[in-house]
Amino acid sequence: MIRKTFEHELQEVKDDILVLGSMVEEAILASVEALKKRDIEAAKNILIADRDINKKRFEIENKLMILIATQQPMAHDLRLLASSMEIISELERMGDYAKGIANINIRMGDEPLLKPLIDIPRMAQKDVDMLHRALTAFVEEDVEAAQAIPMEDDEVDALYNQVYRELMTFVISDPKAIERANWLLWVAHNLERVADRVTNICERTIFIATGELKEIKNSDDEFWKQHNS
Amino acid sequence: MALNNNFDQKYIIETRNLDIYYGSFKAVAGVNMRVERNAITAIIGPSGCGKSTLLRAFNRMNELYADTSIEGEVTFSGQDIYARDVDPVEVRYRIGMVFQKPNPFPKSIYENIAWTARIHGYKGNMDELVENSLRQAALWDEVKDKLKQSGLSLSGGQQQRLCIARALSIKPEVILMDEPASALDPIATLKIEELMQDLKQNYTIVIVTHNMQQAARASDYTAMMMLTNGESRSGTVIEFDETNIIFTRPKDKRTEDYVTGRFG
Repeated sequence: MIRKTFEHELQEVKDDILVLGSMVEEAILASVEALKKRDIEAAKNILIADRDINKKRFEIENKLMILIATQQPMAHDLRLLASSMEIISELERMGDYAKGIANINIRMGDEPLLKPLIDIPRMAQKDVDMLHRALTAFVEEDVEAAQAIPMEDDEVDALYNQVYRELMTFVISDPKAIERANWLLWVAHNLERVADRVTNICERTIFIATGELKEIKNSDDEFWKQHNS
Repeated sequence: MALNNNFDQKYIIETRNLDIYYGSFKAVAGVNMRVERNAITAIIGPSGCGKSTLLRAFNRMNELYADTSIEGEVTFSGQDIYARDVDPVEVRYRIGMVFQKPNPFPKSIYENIAWTARIHGYKGNMDELVENSLRQAALWDEVKDKLKQSGLSLSGGQQQRLCIARALSIKPEVILMDEPASALDPIATLKIEELMQDLKQNYTIVIVTHNMQQAARASDYTAMMMLTNGESRSGTVIEFDETNIIFTRPKDKRTEDYVTGRFG
């Protein structure tokens, strides 16, 4: 006996999450692109798109609740549905980071960028690349990929460090640049957090496939140790 | 002849390489499991896999059916219950049983308990025993004003709790329950499940259930039974673990398929 209807609905959940994921990917890239071009209109559109992301998240959450209530999922099914709850909330927060970048863009008003953006778009590209593959690994329940992707977080951290150092040089040589440096530092910080949340998605994928709930260690802790000392 | 009173062991019932036969047919094969004291252990699995047969081997109830025999060992508090000098009646007195269909005697509510106790040689205060047994079975408040009425006048759920009270009246240590709620509506089912939680403070419960949600809700440990694929088609325990694990991350693919409703 195969639970055809239920199987179909589980597949739909995965499809929905991919849709939500692509909305988030688009928002992240668009927010950085708009900042690069100092395009306020585009930034305002990202705020509007974020409402759609939130709406989609609630829609998926509602579907998940109904499935849990009506299908009494167990074992792998239960892990998939419970983890999906977690994953959609991670995605929504990533959407908020993009919204945050758009807000910074709007608040900067007529101020020009402190410097041309080079590493920040790289961070966004790396984030989206990791996120995309993490969601593929989730759909395919690919444990190997889910374990490998978080290791790439180090690259995002390295880019963040670079941005940080560069901005500090600007501030030191011209303390009046502090606010404009701060804006960009927040943008970089948001992008650094996206990669951390990709790691969380990968942890869930491993849990769904194996039943083991474990924190994936990357050098993130090391990174914060450096910055706190 | 008497079973020893060994109360400090963690496991009250243990089986070792237990095979159960109906005539020459091996219905259950190679069961090694340990029932923890003061816990609720559920036995789940598809129809015909030997759940009830295994349950009935725990108090030698199978012997009441024609031509059954066992190989291997079942111990109760460390003692082989199938040993020659063990009286099966005493085994059933220490390990009581509640069945799928409520089966009160066609006597008054009071007598259902008093008669049972008298047969087992109870000489104490009968009113007290009746009240205590009914209270333990969470039935007292519903029947205290009609103890003289026939047990059969009660609702199905009340009848089942009367049977539990009757089983408790002879102070068993283990209560075996064979689908105790399958003939009951959801409210009566919930009452039985709540009652099981109360009872495990003082008793050990082993329950056979078709209802996986019931096993998930009500038990501490779950034994998953299934027919083996060999020619013999015997039932056996394929996985035994904490209920939490069986229903969230079972190790055996067959358990996974069964608990997620993809069996067969």
